[in-house]
Amino acid sequence: MKILVCISKTPDTTAKIAFTDNNTKFSEQGVQWIINPYDEWYALVRAIELKEKDPSVLVHLITVGGADAEPVIRKALALGGDEAIRVNGGGHDSFYIATQIAEVAKQGAYDLVFAGKETIDYNGASIGGMVAELLDFPFVPLAIKFELNGSGAVITREIEGGEEVCEVALPVVVSCQKGMAEQRIPNMKGIMGARTKPLKVVEAVPVDALTAVVSFELPPAKAGVKMIAADNPEELVRLLHDEAKVI
Amino acid sequence: MSVLIFIDQADGQIKKAAHEVICYGARIAEMLGTTAEGIVLGTVTDDLAALGKYGVKKIHHVKSEQLNQFDAQVFANVLAQAVAAASAEVVVFSNNVDGKAIAPRLSARLKAGLVAGAIALPDLTTGFIVKKNVFSGKAFANVSLNTTIKIISLNGNSYPVTETSGSSEVVSLNVTVAGAKVKVTSVNKVTGEVPLSEAELVVSGGRGLKGPENWGILEDLAKALGAATACSRPVADAHWRPHHEHVGQTGFAIAPNLYVALGISGAIQHLAGVNRSKVIVVINKDAEAPFFKAADYGIVGDVFEIVPKITAAVKKLKGI
Repeated sequence: MKILVCISKTPDTTAKIAFTDNNTKFSEQGVQWIINPYDEWYALVRAIELKEKDPSVLVHLITVGGADAEPVIRKALALGGDEAIRVNGGGHDSFYIATQIAEVAKQGAYDLVFAGKETIDYNGASIGGMVAELLDFPFVPLAIKFELNGSGAVITREIEGGEEVCEVALPVVVSCQKGMAEQRIPNMKGIMGARTKPLKVVEAVPVDALTAVVSFELPPAKAGVKMIAADNPEELVRLLHDEAKVI
Repeated sequence: MSVLIFIDQADGQIKKAAHEVICYGARIAEMLGTTAEGIVLGTVTDDLAALGKYGVKKIHHVKSEQLNQFDAQVFANVLAQAVAAASAEVVVFSNNVDGKAIAPRLSARLKAGLVAGAIALPDLTTGFIVKKNVFSGKAFANVSLNTTIKIISLNGNSYPVTETSGSSEVVSLNVTVAGAKVKVTSVNKVTGEVPLSEAELVVSGGRGLKGPENWGILEDLAKALGAATACSRPVADAHWRPHHEHVGQTGFAIAPNLYVALGISGAIQHLAGVNRSKVIVVINKDAEAPFFKAADYGIVGDVFEIVPKITAAVKKLKGI
């Protein structure tokens, strides 16, 4: 059993969002980089749990990015996983990234590909579905539970207004969200071990991006909160009706 | 040439989100000087011709019962055939659970650029540029689609729904439907409540409500407003409320017209899930709660005293 876990590097949730070069580039100044939380807490930790249950399971991590992505992938290796692959490429086009991941997945004959449900920076929620299509694998999005079952998997996924349980034969691509696993903090043994785990660098396959970010914008500043006296909550209802017109 | 709109259905009924995406797709068709066509998969009981009032001129209906069960792989395959049949050059989805599953597959299949999470009409002055949310609602990106076929997945509550008169032509579309590799064995839907993802009004509670036994005041307000209920992460983690109510960075991201936060301090992770709400009301006893900075209206005070009064005022306003 071989699992490939997609790892993306994203700015920390509390990072200040600002842009440079005439609003065409994200300003990386002072930004702390983290593993995209959906990739880490749900996709990676669940894969590690599967390995803990069955040590013959191989967990490989993949990231697409420059050398600056390596600290983040080492951090991921400190949580667990046998080895990591960095595809030396760049950009933020989902199709470009998915093509690189699919290429590695094909070469490595993985049974399972886990991705986070989306990244917290570009919020594309597209990598899992694209990788699945490129590999011609079934795709189970927004998984909240995952169990292996012989040569298949039993997966609970979110649907509108509830959840459904489904069964699928491997190989499959799964996008992971809250419920799959609980957040872990790497321990000292993991951190030390991660330094010597293999981190392979492979060159990106040539592929054209389908999209390009032309510019960024920050949302207009809020007008400021209008405070209402605690002894007159009826005024809130009046304002929501007459001024905001939302009720 | 056409704009093809994926009209999402569940249990034979057209989803409310589909009305928004039809209006949006119809407007794009108008901008491009082409026709708005729809695609519906599976058995439906709703009157499809009536969707013409949202601006769609022709609906392709694939009636195969195999499509009553959602499967991203099967749906993307069928849609690729529909794109060819309708000579579509723009395909529009709702960026909901189904859209997020199919649109990326279709994008990779057709090598068609995808903007997922669009919030506005495309700008056609220099190419085809679509604005979308990035950084979990903290910024926007203008994304250029450089391919012949373009796919847009529209965030809910981003485009106004307008009704006119008109009726749509409905035609059967015969396509090859493959068998699904994913087999659904059980479905568990919460019934009788407004689903959070489709709600225009949301009332949400945090630790300030002190315990699950106090949710009555929140539910009363939600009922009076016709709102869905939600909660913050600590509340879901403590199992005071079910996980499917958790909104925030790691829960669900929502964009209702009104978000009322009761006893939620407004950590940045929570804001990431709700900052696309049009109007935010914060009621908290702590005047220093960071949420007030992101709010449109605020009351500093005791939720247990204030909320029932608001509920009464809402009932009075609505005459209930």
